Amino acid sequence: MKGIAVSTTVNGDAVDFVCEGRETLLDVLRNRLGLIGAKEGCGTGDCGACSVILDGELICSCLALGAEAEGREVETVEGMADGNKLHPLQKRFLEKAALQCGICTPGFLIAAKALLDSNENPNESEIRFALAGNLCRCTGYDKIVRAVSAAAGDLRRQKKARLKRRATK
Amino acid sequence: MRYESPRNSRDAVALMASERGDAYLLAGGTDLLVRMRGEFIDPDLVVDIKRIPGIQDIRRMTSGFSIGAGASCAALGRNKALVRAWPGVVEAAQLIGSDQIQGRCTIAGNMCNASPAADSMPALIAARAKAVIVGSGGRRRIAVDKIVTGPGKTSLEKGDIVVEIVLPIPPPKSADAYQRFIPRSEMDIAVCSAGVSLTLGPRNVVKQARVVLGAVAPTAVLVPNAARAIVGTRLDEDAMMKLAAACEKACAPIDDKRGTVEFRTEVAGVLARRVAAIAYDRARRKR
Ligand SMILES: Cc1cc2nc3c(=O)[nH]c(=O)nc-3n(C[C@H](O)[C@H](O)[C@H](O)COP(=O)(O)OP(=O)(O)OC[C@H]3O[C@@H](n4cnc5c(N)ncnc54)[C@H](O)[C@@H]3O)c2cc1C
Ligand code: FES
Ligand code: FES
Repeated sequence: MKGIAVSTTVNGDAVDFVCEGRETLLDVLRNRLGLIGAKEGCGTGDCGACSVILDGELICSCLALGAEAEGREVETVEGMADGNKLHPLQKRFLEKAALQCGICTPGFLIAAKALLDSNENPNESEIRFALAGNLCRCTGYDKIVRAVSAAAGDLRRQKKARLKRRATK
Repeated sequence: MRYESPRNSRDAVALMASERGDAYLLAGGTDLLVRMRGEFIDPDLVVDIKRIPGIQDIRRMTSGFSIGAGASCAALGRNKALVRAWPGVVEAAQLIGSDQIQGRCTIAGNMCNASPAADSMPALIAARAKAVIVGSGGRRRIAVDKIVTGPGKTSLEKGDIVVEIVLPIPPPKSADAYQRFIPRSEMDIAVCSAGVSLTLGPRNVVKQARVVLGAVAPTAVLVPNAARAIVGTRLDEDAMMKLAAACEKACAPIDDKRGTVEFRTEVAGVLARRVAAIAYDRARRKR
């Protein structure tokens, strides 16, 4: 069978791959690009373990075709840390023990990032609704919600410091 | 399986019409990919409509709102003019799935998937939405309640593509609302649901109304008797009781573990009352 040649951007890097028509974006990321952060929990859009951001929109990569990524931008959990410097969400997840087995964690991190990209100060209920598409069988969710809330505070403080620095320059 | 992403609707129609095997259109894929992966369908061709220019746009024109068939429900929620004009349609669209599903799912896909519990349908029918369809025979415009004919069945023919959903500009003092019953607060399919749109006249008396129920029959059902029960009233208790009774009468639900016939029937009346009250309150506050 003839493959489909796809040129896309993943975490800011230009990436080319060849995939089959029915191959999902999740399978492409994991099996062709070696990005195994996104996980397959259900394959039917229910668990959110496969969450990625496609052209700024949070999606389940198990419900997108790899071929759809042509010319688009994909963000995965692998792009969240800046080298060895963890993203505030990642730091807070560790610190607040917001993970146990960790299977759900990449999905929660990406979904939480999508939330904080559009709402820098979400309340508890907004966090819980925004993460309703992510399932976790281990933590009971409470620690995840607290980690996201703390990371939102970190990001707001970072932004404030940045604006202050710019103003004094 | 072939994957095609044509750059105009004519090519999309031609691809669909000429395929000998099983061909499916792909909008957000949140139904299609689930069915493919569950091996309920095995397409030979999938035609992705999202590369057709303008198909993801939401436009406000003098004649109404045009919602491109590729516009995600998340995008509907971000469109302030649409939210102001049709809050019920948008709240229905935004009940579909999680934020992840919202990022992809479309109201055209929700309609064409033809689930009796599709959340956007009652609100779209209440709003007198029309679908613009492009097919081998050209372009036509059909009321959305003429499209879904039964569970998983539509009146669309091979090669027909819904390219936009059109909503009228609501008259003054009009509003709509939608609610569903599910056993939890997120991520579930409606056990029953109700959408209401109404227009108020002098002294806030209901001048016009449309009441639609979801998940209580093979398709969403318009209940003219329920509308009649509230037209000419200010939703006093007597009118509300008649509204609920008319809704209960219109129910022909299935009996399953998620809701018995009795339960769905009773809750349909309760929801219709609540939704009518919300729409009324919204309309009262409008000009
Ligand atoms: C986890 C999860 C939760 C969900 N929750 C809900 C919910 O709460 N409420 C609800 O109503 N639904 C729900 N759904 C179902 C689904 O998300 C919706 O029906 C959605 O609106 C479908 O839109 P789509 O664009 O993804 O459709 P697709 O999957 O792209 O298409 C659906 C069907 O319509 C056809 N089609 C698509 N676009 C067109 C077009 N323009 N013209 C003609 N035919 C077309 C396709 O060929 C396919 O048969 C859920 C699904 C998942 C996976
Ligand atoms: S694997 Fe995609 S939602 Fe579960
Ligand atoms: S940490 Fe195990 S599923 Fe969430």
